[in-house]
Amino acid sequence: MATNYSPKDDEGEQHKSRKPDNTAFKQQRLPAWQPILTAGTVLPAFFIIGLVFIPIGIGLFVTSNNIKEFEIDYTGIEPNSPCGICANNGTWNTTCTCEVHFRLDQPFEGNVFMYYGLSNFYQNHRRYVKSRDDSQLNGDKSSLKDPSKECEPYRMSNGRPIAPCGAIANSLFNDTLVLYYMDNGTRKEIQLTSNGIAWWTDKNVKFRNPTGDGNLSTIFKDTAKPLNWPKPVYDLDPTDPHNNGFINEDFIVWMRTAALPTFRKLYRLIMKTDSLTPTLQQGNYTLHVTYNYPVLSFDGRKRMILSTISWMGGKNPFLGIAYITVGSICFFLGVVLLIIHHKYGNRNTSADIPN
Amino acid sequence: MPLFDSDCTRSKHIEQERHLRANDRDFNQKFYYVDNQIKTSKYNVFTFLPINLFEQFQRIANAYFLFLLILQLIPQVSSLSWYTTVVPLMLVLIITAVKDAIDDYHRYQSDNQVNNREVMILINGKLRKEKWMHVQVGDIIKMENNHFVTADLLLLSSSEPYGLLYIETAELDGETNLKVKQALTVTSDMGENTQALADFDGEVRCEAPNNRLDKFRGALTYKENKYSLDNEKILLRGCTLRNTEWCYGLVIFAGQDTKLMQNSGLSAFKRTNIDRLMNVLVLWIFGFLVMMCTVLAIGNSVWESYKGYYFQVYLPWIHKPPNSSFSGFLMFWSYVIILNTVVPISLYVSIEVIRLGSSFYIDWDTKMYYPKKNTPALARTTTLTEELGQIQYIFSDKTGTLTQNIMIFNKCTINGKMYGHACDFSGQRADITAKTEKVDFAFNSMADPKFVFYDHSLMEAVKICDPKVHEFFRLLSLCHTVMSEEKQKGLLVYQAQSPDEGALVTAARNFGFVFRSRTPETITIVEMGETKIYELLSILDFDNVRKRMSVIVRHPDKKLYLYCKGADTIVFERLNSSSQQLRDITTSHLDEFAGDGLRTLALAYKELDEESFDNWQKRYQEASIALENRDEQLSELYEEIEKDLKLLGATAVEDKLQDGVPQTIQTLSKANIKIWVLTGDKQETAVNIGYACNMLHEDMNKIFIIEGSSAEEVRVELRKASATMKERDQAEDEVISIKQPKKQFFLPEEHVNGEYGLVINGDTLAHALEDLEVEFLKAACLCKTVICCRATPLQKAQVVELVKKYKKAITLAIGDGANDVSMIKAAHIGVGISGEEGTQAVLSSDFSFAQFRYLQRLLLVHGRWSYLRMCRFLRYFFYKNFAFTFVHFWYGFFCGFSAQTVYDEWFITLYNLVYTSLPVLAMSLFEQDVNDRWSMAYPQLYEPGQFNLYFSKLAFVECIIHGVYSSLVLFFIPYGALFEAERDDGKTVSDYQSFALIAQTCLLVAVTLQIALDTTYWTAINHFFIWGSLAVYFAITFTMYSNGMYLMFPTSFPFIGTARNALNQPHVWLTIFLTAVMCVLPVILVRYLKGELKPTFSNKLRCRICQMKMIPPKQAISRLKRPSVRRSAYAFSHQRGFGALITSGKNMRIRTVNLIPSKTGASSNVDKQK
Repeated sequence: MATNYSPKDDEGEQHKSRKPDNTAFKQQRLPAWQPILTAGTVLPAFFIIGLVFIPIGIGLFVTSNNIKEFEIDYTGIEPNSPCGICANNGTWNTTCTCEVHFRLDQPFEGNVFMYYGLSNFYQNHRRYVKSRDDSQLNGDKSSLKDPSKECEPYRMSNGRPIAPCGAIANSLFNDTLVLYYMDNGTRKEIQLTSNGIAWWTDKNVKFRNPTGDGNLSTIFKDTAKPLNWPKPVYDLDPTDPHNNGFINEDFIVWMRTAALPTFRKLYRLIMKTDSLTPTLQQGNYTLHVTYNYPVLSFDGRKRMILSTISWMGGKNPFLGIAYITVGSICFFLGVVLLIIHHKYGNRNTSADIPN
Repeated sequence: MPLFDSDCTRSKHIEQERHLRANDRDFNQKFYYVDNQIKTSKYNVFTFLPINLFEQFQRIANAYFLFLLILQLIPQVSSLSWYTTVVPLMLVLIITAVKDAIDDYHRYQSDNQVNNREVMILINGKLRKEKWMHVQVGDIIKMENNHFVTADLLLLSSSEPYGLLYIETAELDGETNLKVKQALTVTSDMGENTQALADFDGEVRCEAPNNRLDKFRGALTYKENKYSLDNEKILLRGCTLRNTEWCYGLVIFAGQDTKLMQNSGLSAFKRTNIDRLMNVLVLWIFGFLVMMCTVLAIGNSVWESYKGYYFQVYLPWIHKPPNSSFSGFLMFWSYVIILNTVVPISLYVSIEVIRLGSSFYIDWDTKMYYPKKNTPALARTTTLTEELGQIQYIFSDKTGTLTQNIMIFNKCTINGKMYGHACDFSGQRADITAKTEKVDFAFNSMADPKFVFYDHSLMEAVKICDPKVHEFFRLLSLCHTVMSEEKQKGLLVYQAQSPDEGALVTAARNFGFVFRSRTPETITIVEMGETKIYELLSILDFDNVRKRMSVIVRHPDKKLYLYCKGADTIVFERLNSSSQQLRDITTSHLDEFAGDGLRTLALAYKELDEESFDNWQKRYQEASIALENRDEQLSELYEEIEKDLKLLGATAVEDKLQDGVPQTIQTLSKANIKIWVLTGDKQETAVNIGYACNMLHEDMNKIFIIEGSSAEEVRVELRKASATMKERDQAEDEVISIKQPKKQFFLPEEHVNGEYGLVINGDTLAHALEDLEVEFLKAACLCKTVICCRATPLQKAQVVELVKKYKKAITLAIGDGANDVSMIKAAHIGVGISGEEGTQAVLSSDFSFAQFRYLQRLLLVHGRWSYLRMCRFLRYFFYKNFAFTFVHFWYGFFCGFSAQTVYDEWFITLYNLVYTSLPVLAMSLFEQDVNDRWSMAYPQLYEPGQFNLYFSKLAFVECIIHGVYSSLVLFFIPYGALFEAERDDGKTVSDYQSFALIAQTCLLVAVTLQIALDTTYWTAINHFFIWGSLAVYFAITFTMYSNGMYLMFPTSFPFIGTARNALNQPHVWLTIFLTAVMCVLPVILVRYLKGELKPTFSNKLRCRICQMKMIPPKQAISRLKRPSVRRSAYAFSHQRGFGALITSGKNMRIRTVNLIPSKTGASSNVDKQK
């Protein structure tokens, strides 16, 4: 580069002024707001956050405490516990039943939700999470015949494509839970609704049965059922023909994999019947379990949860406590900062800046 | 980019000696000498893609991403889709490639322009016009006046008698005075005879190409005679032919082999301090990444054997062999993919964009635009801007950089009366403004129209024939070695050996004493319109020791006079006692001149009587032919006659500084920047300028002048200097100097008691740089000002390298000539003054502008902002990526270490690219803590950059800690809030997709708030980008999670409905709010406390601005007070003057003068004519 001796010799350029434009943008003089952290802004901020957070936290905490929740572990680790026998003998296809008795000390009002909870169940394992074919579940015909490779090793069975394919579908939770109210020795079965337990978007958009002539069984004719399943997908709910195939709500709920290895999933709704009596009265109940789902081999746990609901969802004191804690810390820090400001605040004067 | 490479196949060999034959291309071809084509571009059309890609993948980050891409293609390992890596990688590669291509095209164009210049080559006895690039070694070429020398040539003949030739070497060493070269008689006899030249078949054997500008060894064999060749006969590429109609030369070195090109060195790729730090940090990050992945991989092995093995009921192992350690191994790579975001690929692109932005700001700055030359500032390298905010040492050239290289006759004192101040009507001194009336020289038809003088009283004194005033100007018109040229009647052009002399003779010319022409024994003066011929009897030429020159002339009235001008101290010693009173007055005037930074010369004369002169002249003749001690004898004789002088007065010449130089230097030194002047010029001139621009001043405790002819002497001097400067730690000093450095180490900053200056010249510098490096540097760094004079281009670069090597400091070199190129390239940042001395310096510089004073703005405003912005950017960028990535790490503990991502893959792809890029980019383009006027008013604001206060390894660790904290909040708050959580309609939201959505929303809100906190200068664009990014996030999220997208691409957008179902929950929003507050509050706390307890200068200033709503101060244009100790100086040439040439008549055009040609050349035979 060291050899150009003469400046640019394009003559035309010489006469044109190369003066840069005098615009605010080019001269970096754009008008701007310049906030700075001063005692005047920071201290009030801390106090305000403190004052806002503590009431929110208390509100959340109280709401959470008002929610009634009952949880019972029916895994049956102890051999002499109600489901102990089933737990140790049960496999996918053998039917074993057991009954667990429990007592609600308080009545549950409003709609009550019945969940099953699993622990130590890694629904969030990467290989598990991706082991599904969303096109197939969305009713795509070609995917029905030729499921995605992600479904391996639950893709084909005896040369026929599995529908629904993949490890998630294969491990569908298939215990049947029935709840009885023990009213002075008589069992009264509690009405459990299975309609409306899945997200609307899942039920109506994400999961769709393949369309075609005839009923579901003909559509799914050339497919195999998942290995663990006792029944094919079009026969999941014998009571409601519209709840079969990929749009079976229990199936949809299961397919929405959990974020954490301990999770609960909505099993049934117990709708409020009338405004006078609580939905679930105080008293003794029996949970009748058709025990199909083995979890003991990997040290898993199964729970049944009954819960009421508030505007902030189910019982979860965490958020309330967190708000109260953060709010208190902020308030405390605000006080500390105020003291610091009074003691040292003068340092920030600009006395040593010459004019 | 050229279309093809022309010489890629040429074999490289190490040349020991150059052997060539004139006019014999076939013979010379055998040696494969390079031709005169130069090539600085790297690519051509075909090689661009492969070479550029190869270069790009040499960058550690790019190579890493290529590796990641390959990993992602392995299905067992792939934890992310390929597009998450490909999209950013492609973007990076394309942007960089386009930029490289444009840069290279510019280089190609400038090469092309030079290569296509035309020159006459003698081929087969005929002169042909050819392009420069076709010139080959051994060719004979013809050049004309004012042409650039095409290659390194052996001068054969010229239009001037005796094969003399004048060149200007400004491009090479920055000196604008003319230099004489002379051809061998045997070749100069050929003259313009093309036939003779074509038949010339001399063979040259000489040294191999090298970079020594001042030495040449070789021999010419012609007609069986051997002639030795030295530097006197060589014309170097880069010089300009002056005052010579034509010349012929034999090409010895061409193209890349020329000394100029050898001196310019390889244009090394410059990296900034931050770049180097980044490379270290990237390695750290790699280490960190490997550590995290190892932890997670081990975790996976343990998990798989304790849990996964049993969980096979629902999730069978598919990897082969089915064991847990192999799974751990695979998971290691999967985590390398997932956690790749800690290695910031988009960082590099963003940095480039930010630097490009800052470069544009520099180009656009109207305050660095010089209207007189219509030149805006130009950032030629766009990758160095933030380093402008970290400069600690500035190395400046003198001529053309600090000074305008214009000498102006500014004031004078004649017979005790001072002239030169502009006066108003009442006779009071007034400042010179544009309105001040200039002296009208219309009476004098031969006046130089460019000469300007404001004091009318001097003109009047001339007109009333004040004898002293006349004598004064007579002296100026007689006592010099200037050559005149009268191309048209009355249009005189002076060729002065030094610009000072030119200025003085021009002054005399305008005041009616026109030096018109000279012959070896006469000088013709037009005195007030009347032509007079003075007989020149002797020139007592100047040199560095004498510091004066005298002429002895015989007036037309036959009286003998000696006229002397010289440094005041020297001249005053030789005055007649009658001048005592005048001397005192003159001294006080000289003091005043010195106070204005003018260069002064005292003038004196005396009348000689015929008898004593005859006597003296006889002895002089004897002495000048003496074989022994000739110089000593001569100088004794000079002493003898130059005494009892009568003082006339003194002149004051202004070596015109560029505008605002002293102020700029003062401001920069307030910013703790050390300024060293490295000049090829003479010591006196350099020191003078040092005073003039306030680098040296009388308040300094001491100014050391280091001179020594051997290493030992220099060592002693340097020791003495250092010892004076820090009397206490002398003992410790000795120890260090004995231990020569074995490995790289950095000299610590040392404490000095007082202010010192150091001046060192080229020869001494050579010793100092050879084996006294450390000692020299230690001494130099203790001084406030360092001036190196007579430094060669290479030495300049060596000094820069020396500071770079032993000081942990960022250096900047500023210069304007070809002699500064090596220094500009050596320094971290090179700045070229696009001005007088050609454009070479500009072409190899990183930044260029027209005036030295713009340096202040470049550093204090642009540099400081760039540095601040870059550091804020880096801190934020690392933070946001750590916060993003560590969440995956925590999640690993809850998902069986299965490399499950926390976020949606689309979010991972778009996070750096879309959601968080613009706000931080806006911050790094618009951020300013205080505006430009405050930055200039308080140079102290510059200091944080010099000490790397805004970004360092420590700051990086802070970023990591901050990131880890945020990621903990960002993972565990949603974890706690969503653990077995339900919606307000009883359906669960604790599923993976909702969790991903909430975690990513929390993250995005938190990092957006963080950038909002980091931004202190909120322009409309910042608002738009920051809030816009959040809005865009929600818009894109809702779109991607919509029914339509899912129905079109079910496998790509499986998150359908998640946004709708999760984000309509109040407790989800409360969670997001909580995490945001928890991420931001500690930062506010820490920043507030820092500002409260340990406020930085910038904090204080901002507070003050804020409190008082102060209007920035006007840039104070204070007239700098200069100490008034006079420094008389002559712009002595380092060479002996032209005196001998003049009196021998060799360089006279009048060929009728009958002279015996002398083979020995420049031997002084002053009295030959007598």
